[in-house]
Amino acid sequence: MTQTLLWLAQRITAVILAVCVVVHLATIIYAVQGGLTAAEILGRTRGNTAWLAFYSLFVFAAAIHAPIGLRPVLGEWLRWRGASREAFLILFSVMLLATGMRAALAVFA
Amino acid sequence: MSRWLARVHRISGIALAIFLPLHFWALGNALQLESFLAWTEQPLVKAGEWAVVVALAAHLAGGLRVLAIEFLDWHEWQKSLAAIAAATTLAVGLALALAL
Repeated sequence: MTQTLLWLAQRITAVILAVCVVVHLATIIYAVQGGLTAAEILGRTRGNTAWLAFYSLFVFAAAIHAPIGLRPVLGEWLRWRGASREAFLILFSVMLLATGMRAALAVFA
Repeated sequence: MSRWLARVHRISGIALAIFLPLHFWALGNALQLESFLAWTEQPLVKAGEWAVVVALAAHLAGGLRVLAIEFLDWHEWQKSLAAIAAATTLAVGLALALAL
């Protein structure tokens, strides 16, 4: 049951992230031309609710996707399984969500 | 081939998971963004940035390949999907290298 749920959550977030990453890569390649400046980045994001909504969704999906992806890596490569691994992954997810939303709000406000 | 692609997918995913907290931390300090961006002008940091973006492109392309095989039943397309994934990664890598 848990495995199925994790598998499903990983695929749903993958589809969301696929769209987000295409937009993100296009933005990066466009934005780095002529060098990055804080003014340029903040000029794009400050007060722009569309970018805030986009980055919020992006952060939320990544905060679910990354820990689920790390789970088998920790199990297979570090032989780390059991409750301590799950606790670490939940903590990692919460940390990504918190720092990610802090970043999204910092460039918005 | 698919074993090699799975390995690239895993390693790029690990790299992104390690990079994400640093990325969020840097952006979270928006007030010091200018001095941080000055720091990123160093050649070694630029090379690192390029590698992270290529890892993102590789993870995206590899992930789309997995989704296509699992949900669209494109098993007979495996080799083409692998080629598309490699080409996408290469294209993004080149585009960024030219833009940087």
